[in-house]
Amino acid sequence: MARFLRSPRFLEIALPIAAVLAAFMIGGVLLWLLGANPFEAYWVLLGGAFGSVSALAATLTKMTPLLLVALGICISYRGGVINIGGEGQIIVGALAATAFALWLRDLPGWLLLTLTLLVGALTGAAWGAIAGVLKARLNVNEILSTVMLNAIALQLMNFLLRGPMLDPEQIAAGTNIAQSEALPRTMWLLRLAPPTLLHAGIILALVLAVLVYLLLWRTTIGYRIRTVGLNPSAARYAGMPVPFYVALSLILGGAFAGLAGAVEVAGVQHRMLEGLSGGYGFSGIVAALFGKLHPLGAIPAAFLFGGLLVGANKMQLTVQVPSALITAINGLVVMFVVASEVYVRRARRRTGREAAAASLQSDAAPVTQASTF
Amino acid sequence: MDNLLNTATLIGIAHSGVRLATPYLYAAIGEMFGQRSGVLNLGVEGVMLMGAFAAYYGVFLGADPWLGVLAALLIGALMGLLMAVISVTMQAEQGISGIGLSLFGLGLSSLLLKVLVGSPISIQGFPVWQIPGLSQIPIVGPIFFDHDVLVYIAYLLVPISLFVLYRTTFGLKVRAVGQNPEAADSLGVRVNAVRYATVILGSALAGMAGASLSVGLLNIFQENMTNGLGFIAVALVYFGGWRPIGVLLGALLFSTVSAFQLWMQVLGAPIPPDLAVMLPYILTIVALAVGVKQIRQPAALTKPYERGE
Repeated sequence: MARFLRSPRFLEIALPIAAVLAAFMIGGVLLWLLGANPFEAYWVLLGGAFGSVSALAATLTKMTPLLLVALGICISYRGGVINIGGEGQIIVGALAATAFALWLRDLPGWLLLTLTLLVGALTGAAWGAIAGVLKARLNVNEILSTVMLNAIALQLMNFLLRGPMLDPEQIAAGTNIAQSEALPRTMWLLRLAPPTLLHAGIILALVLAVLVYLLLWRTTIGYRIRTVGLNPSAARYAGMPVPFYVALSLILGGAFAGLAGAVEVAGVQHRMLEGLSGGYGFSGIVAALFGKLHPLGAIPAAFLFGGLLVGANKMQLTVQVPSALITAINGLVVMFVVASEVYVRRARRRTGREAAAASLQSDAAPVTQASTF
Repeated sequence: MDNLLNTATLIGIAHSGVRLATPYLYAAIGEMFGQRSGVLNLGVEGVMLMGAFAAYYGVFLGADPWLGVLAALLIGALMGLLMAVISVTMQAEQGISGIGLSLFGLGLSSLLLKVLVGSPISIQGFPVWQIPGLSQIPIVGPIFFDHDVLVYIAYLLVPISLFVLYRTTFGLKVRAVGQNPEAADSLGVRVNAVRYATVILGSALAGMAGASLSVGLLNIFQENMTNGLGFIAVALVYFGGWRPIGVLLGALLFSTVSAFQLWMQVLGAPIPPDLAVMLPYILTIVALAVGVKQIRQPAALTKPYERGE
């Protein structure tokens, strides 16, 4: 039992959970210091996230973009690049999807929807490609370039939604709320449980999670992406075009975030508006890390963090604890999860040593591979 | 547009440029020390926000602006300690842990603002202090010597950091630890202790960068008021080739572009403001693409140090 508790396999799952609990404990102390009742706040948060059918539907709705972004993050990080650009990629994906659907609004609904989602993904991919090519060709730090591209996308959105893409109805009414015209009804994603906002995008996201798993672990491209991420020198020595796979990791990451933007437009808002990206670009990173950068691990992770976002809104409404608390807690989760990896690494080394010692005692063949990955 | 190029406007742009470089200077020079010792702290953005809030809240409660700056330095140092524990002792992936710290600072500063202050109101921060005599010089005076005290201190940091980095034992240790930690360790330098010192120092300066915004330049705190400035500061360290003078030039370039963009809006230039605001961010990417001399990057940057057994 003690051996199991110290095994890398157990720690891989237990440590992220411990990280979340620790982050919530710190958040609770903060709330207490600020004069709020943390137990009450967290109870409302949990109930708001998972406590009823409508709460679960809302959680699944928020989970959809989170899971899509997290899948992209899994690919990027497995390829050894740190993609912080989800937010910008969501925005450009949603903008392009909206513009496209409004432009070809007379197409049959199913065709328009398919093409719109594709346009969103491609635009996100193009936005990711800027950082990807700059990294591959000129070794530009992708963390910094993607952060800058987020800011640029945000300004682009502000410009488009207040000018060229502004809803004619808003102009006519003189209200000028920064949002686009509504998309044709024929192409809206199917609502799964009216009156809630839950839409068919969740099914798409779950299917894609499986496909990303297959891509990363059952195809040559995935194998190469992971090899480049684990050891670029070895990949180069084996003849892989490392810059290509570096760029590809960021392009695929961008495609998934762009798709998330298009799905939000087609499934939830039915138009482009300010705040559509909703911080998913960052929460998606948290979810991906919590899921140990595994596409299937991202599913429960996106469910959990989607729930936290929903619950945080409820908490803000009923007990007046600002939902910004969840942003702070997410930040702590990120720090704690990456910090706790040190224990997994140590456990791996230890099990490697123990296996080596055991094999020496039993006069078996020496263990050549000290650790597994 | 006609009056864009007259002397008064150019002096105005230069004056704003000198002023707006302040937060970049504090944050980037602090970050430079961390990176020279091998630690990439991407949490600058979050630390700046917390520093900005701490200073603002102090003055909001009626304290002297100097106490506000002290609070910003302290909160910055504390967050630096957290970053050091996670990145140096626990050897976390620095590109990710720093993003966590940024999210934490963003969330916590917004939370504190809403709970403790409500809607932000303007405060009385540091007044403009025209340096007697110098500020009377035509053109030069109004551009360089007509600012609040935090601006002057920011520029003093440049020679100070040059001296510390290249003329003191501490600076030598910082450079050694960032270039070749094994060699430094074998000579008895405590690698992780040096890194703790630089990360905490850099973070304290990032806190001060935040204060320079909230009680110096703008005299208010707003949610996410840094708006990516902390990340630009990190980029400036790359762009400046990990050297104080390079960082200074980079900071001035960026602040002047920002100032130019602001003045274009004031003068009603026919460019949509949303697009003009993109300029500094686009410039950052271009600068990273063409201006970074990779050869100068500290060899051990982002690599945690662990003694071999």
